[in-house]
Amino acid sequence: MSTVEVMLQKKPKPRSISGPIGKVFLQAFLILVAIVQIYPLIWLALFSLKDNSEIFSGDVAGLPKAFLWSNYTKAMSDGHVLTYFMNSVLVTAASIVLVLILSSMTGYAITRMNWKLSGLTMTIILLGMMVPIHAALLPLFIILKNLSLLNSYWSLIIPYVAFGIPMAVFILGSFFKGIPREMEESAVIDGCGIYRTFFSIILPLVTPAISTVAIFTFLSCWNELMFAVTFINNTAYQTLTVGMMSMVGTYITQWGIIGAGLMITTVPTVVIYLLLNKQVQKSMIAGAIKG
Amino acid sequence: MNSVFSNKGTIAVFVLPTLILFCGIVLIPIFVSSYYSLLDWNGVGRGTFIGLDNYVEMFKDTRVLNSIKNSLLFAGASVFIQLPISLVLALILASNVKGEGFYRTVYFIPVLISTVVIAQLWSKIYNADYGLLNVLLQSIGLSSLAQDWLGQKDTALAASFIPTLWQYVGYHMLLMYAGAKSVSQDVLEAARMDGASRLRTAWSIMIPLMKPILKVSLVFSVIGAFKVFDLIYVLTGGGPFYTTEVPSTLMYATIFDTFRYGYGSAISVFIIVECLVCTILINSLFKTE
Repeated sequence: MSTVEVMLQKKPKPRSISGPIGKVFLQAFLILVAIVQIYPLIWLALFSLKDNSEIFSGDVAGLPKAFLWSNYTKAMSDGHVLTYFMNSVLVTAASIVLVLILSSMTGYAITRMNWKLSGLTMTIILLGMMVPIHAALLPLFIILKNLSLLNSYWSLIIPYVAFGIPMAVFILGSFFKGIPREMEESAVIDGCGIYRTFFSIILPLVTPAISTVAIFTFLSCWNELMFAVTFINNTAYQTLTVGMMSMVGTYITQWGIIGAGLMITTVPTVVIYLLLNKQVQKSMIAGAIKG
Repeated sequence: MNSVFSNKGTIAVFVLPTLILFCGIVLIPIFVSSYYSLLDWNGVGRGTFIGLDNYVEMFKDTRVLNSIKNSLLFAGASVFIQLPISLVLALILASNVKGEGFYRTVYFIPVLISTVVIAQLWSKIYNADYGLLNVLLQSIGLSSLAQDWLGQKDTALAASFIPTLWQYVGYHMLLMYAGAKSVSQDVLEAARMDGASRLRTAWSIMIPLMKPILKVSLVFSVIGAFKVFDLIYVLTGGGPFYTTEVPSTLMYATIFDTFRYGYGSAISVFIIVECLVCTILINSLFKTE
C-alpha cells in the first residue's frame, strides 16, 4: 500500500512544461479531453429533465426550458426504479458485509495463524481472481435452480460474495502481514481470546484495507449485470442494472423518464466517488497491482 | 501462546465457511462447465456424452468464428487506440501540470458508472433522429455523415467499441499515472541534466521504467475485450445480423435462448482458455525482453 500512497501524493517538483504557449496548448488539450469524458453525462442529466416534445424538437442538447422533476417521480413509482434501487442497496450492502467478514477472517487465519495448509489455501483462493464469471454461469444457474433460490436476493448475494472473496482475501491478507506480532501477543497475554483479539485489536488496524475492499465490492455488485439478468426475472427482486433494461423496454420513446432512471442508478456512485475520490483511486490502483 | 494461534477449531471457524462457499460457487462450477461442454444437452434429462464434438463444431461454426474475430478486433482496438491515449494522458498528468488532480478525477468518472447505464446512454447518443452525435454533426454542417450508427452493418461494430474505449481510458490512465509517478525523480533529473528533451525522456526513460504497469494494463484491456458482455448485450444484443456479436453474448444466447447447454458451455470454456493463454503470453513477452 505504501507505494500506492506515494504515487498519489502531491510532490512539489521543479519540473513543469516549458514555455507559456506549450502550457496553454496543453491545458486546452486536457480540457477538451475532460469535456469528451464528462459531456455525455451532462447531456444525460439535461435530457432526464425534459419532456419528449422538447427532446424531439431538435433541442436535445440545450438546457431544459423547465426542469421536469416529474420524470424522476414517474421513473421511481411507475417505472419501479425505487424498488430496483432498494434491491440494489440491499444486495450490495449484504454482499459488502459478508465479503468483509468472511475474507478478513480467512485472510487473517492464512497470514497470521500457524497451520500446514495455509499456503495451499491461499493459492486456491487466488486462482479465483483469474476466473471470468462466464465460466460459472450455467452451473450456478442449475445449482440455484435446484436449491429453489432463483428469484431471491440470495441468488445474487451468494455469487457476489463468492466471487468477491479472492481479491478481498488478497488485499486484507497483505495488510495483516504488516502488523507486528507484539500486538497480538500482548493482547493474548492480557487475557484476550482469539476472537476478541481479532475483532477489537487487529481489525481496527486495517481500516484502509477494509475500505478498499468495501469500495471494490460496492462497484462490482452495484454494476453487475450477467448474474442479475440470469438469476432473477421477478420485478420485485430485480436490481438496478436489470431494472434499467426492463424500464427502457417499457418507456421506449420516453427519453426523459429513461434518463431519470439512468441518473438514479448513477448518482450514488458518482457522489461516493466525489466524496472519497482519493480513496477510490487508491483502491483501484491497489486492486490492479495486487490483482 | 502458540496454541492460541494454531488452534485447529479456531482456524476451521475462520477458514471453512469461506472455503466451502468459494469452492462451491467459484471453483467446482468451472470443472462442471468443462464437463457440460462434452455433452449434447438441452437442460432436460442428463444429456448425452459426445466427447469433443462441441469443440469441433465450434471451430467450423461461422457465427462462433465471427464472434471470436470481433473480440480480437475489440482487443486490438483497446491495445492500439485506447492504451496509447491513456499513456499520453498519464504522462502529461504526471509531469506536474496545473490541475492534475482535477483532470485525474474527471477522466476517471466514467470508469465507475455501470456499463448498463453507459450502454443506454450511448444508444441515445447514437440515435439516428435525435442522438447527440447526429445533432452535433448537423450543427457543424456535416449532415451528410449523420446516420443510424448502430443499425447499419458497416458502422455497428466500430460504434459499439467506442463506448468501452471511452469508459476505460480513465482507468488505464490512472494505472499508468501511478506507474509514472513511481519513477524516481532522480533518474528524471539526471536525464534532464544530460540534456534529454521532454519527449526523449518520456520515450527512453519513463516508458521502459513503467513496464510492470504497462503489462498490467495490457493484460486487463485484452482480457476485458475477450470477456465483454454487458455493453454488447445492452447496446446491440449482437445485431444487426450478428455483426457485433462477441463470444460471451453468443454463449448467453446459446444457453438461454436456444437451450444448447453443452455447446454454450464449450464456448464458455473457450473464453476461459483464451483469457488464460493471453495472460501467460503477455507475461512471458514481458519477461523475455
